[in-house]
Amino acid sequence: MRPSSLPPVIGLSTFALLAGLLALVVASFYSLTMSWGVLFSADALRSSLEFLNGFAPPELAMPFLERVAEATMETISMSALGTGIAFVTGLALALPASGRWGGALRAIVRLILNLLRSIPELVWAVILLIAAGLGPFAGTLALAVHTTGVLGRLFADALENLSPESEETLRINGATPVAAFLYAALPQILPQLMSYTLYRWENNIRAAAILGVVGAGGLGQMLKYYLSLFQMQQAASVIIAMLLLIMLVDGASFWLRRKLTGN
Amino acid sequence: MSSAIQAAYTPDPAWRGRITATVVGLILLWPVLVASEFKPWILLDEQSLKATGHFLASFFPPAHSSEFLWLIFDATWQTIAMATAGLTLALLGAIPLTLLATESLSVSRLESGRMRLDSAIVRQIARWLLVLLRSVPELVWALLFVRIVGLGPTAGVLAIALTYSGMLGKVYAEILESSDTVASESLLKNGSGRLAAFFYAALPASAAELVSYTTMRWECAIRGSVIMGFVGAGGLGQRMDESMKMLSGGEVSTMLIIFVLLVACADQVSAFLRKRLS
Repeated sequence: MRPSSLPPVIGLSTFALLAGLLALVVASFYSLTMSWGVLFSADALRSSLEFLNGFAPPELAMPFLERVAEATMETISMSALGTGIAFVTGLALALPASGRWGGALRAIVRLILNLLRSIPELVWAVILLIAAGLGPFAGTLALAVHTTGVLGRLFADALENLSPESEETLRINGATPVAAFLYAALPQILPQLMSYTLYRWENNIRAAAILGVVGAGGLGQMLKYYLSLFQMQQAASVIIAMLLLIMLVDGASFWLRRKLTGN
Repeated sequence: MSSAIQAAYTPDPAWRGRITATVVGLILLWPVLVASEFKPWILLDEQSLKATGHFLASFFPPAHSSEFLWLIFDATWQTIAMATAGLTLALLGAIPLTLLATESLSVSRLESGRMRLDSAIVRQIARWLLVLLRSVPELVWALLFVRIVGLGPTAGVLAIALTYSGMLGKVYAEILESSDTVASESLLKNGSGRLAAFFYAALPASAAELVSYTTMRWECAIRGSVIMGFVGAGGLGQRMDESMKMLSGGEVSTMLIIFVLLVACADQVSAFLRKRLS
């Protein structure tokens, strides 16, 4: 027995992999025309500091804060409604996607769900602005479309993993397909569906806060507006409101999860 | 008697609860609908239908001139490079912060059962810094950096670097703390330094998990860097924004296809790396 003081051998393939990663990193830095000079010259530092100083103090006048609160409510409403719509449409698409009506339909609907899911909310918002116009409605639809893809796939998986006995029993005893689904399948997966949906809602609040940057309502739209007018103090208040909202959601979800899992 | 008949004719024993829940839900829905200006009939408005129809019709065929494809190839590489460079910088920021924030690497906690006051303060400050870095959305960082360094990929790289150093630092510290700390504790107890304990005990114990989380974040960074293009931070997003403003559907549809393929590829690569390195 040799003492195992020898260093572990690095395999050739691992070495190649690491070399590839290193090459990717080097190529990335090399090909990007990064303006480090702009960032680190004395002149730039001064203008950056000036820029940052413009943020202080944040605007705290009462009428302005009321508008920020309104935009915050708009953000929360967008996320809630978008998630709610996605719950309904996601469940509707999950039925064919779980293979209830044949394998061909399952493959097609899953492809659609994947497509909806892989395009981010913000890109959907930009596309939907053309149909829905500027404002929170486009943002709500964008959240709904993207979340439909996410929830639809999760719901379909939940439906597929469900054992079919209880639903079949109802069917054999003469219940209609709709009744059998509503009273046997749905109650069994509902807790799981709700937990997925709540989790997505949490994500969507964060997403809704920034969607407005392309003009789709909420806090983001306000931020973009004040930044483009160079009204930095107002922008600072909006950023703080965003931060508070996000931290609040983080805290609430952490607390809720701890409560629900019971430790 | 009559109640028995009624019960026999009531199809759903839980109807009272269900109806109450529906009514309460509808009442709560109203202010939400108002606040988000939910007017679906806008979609069916003649003008909007016409604009949408024109735009969607121009999706086919996708733009495919070699000049345009070359442009898109360049933008796609820029997106990947932004994500990779940003994540590399994020690692440079996250690793020192992780070392500061990880509780199981505290020397004073081992000696006396509690941390020294000054090191506890440093640790708390590192944690708050991490919270602040990751709580500001990357898009907001990008908006601010575009104002400082101008349009282009630099803003995107910096935005990814800041947000992701916050996320990575937090999760790294959690992974290190939740892994088995016997080895690092015995090293620390026997007088080795923090760095030695980190490299020889804590790091090997959770290397696989750390690598797998980092790869997952790289995938997210690619998606993020596309999005940041929309505020002028270069790459595929910026091109998409330009084409969208000119309503040239063919270009948009090509870019959407490329984007979906890019995300799918990143997904595959990251799954492969995770399997390979774990």
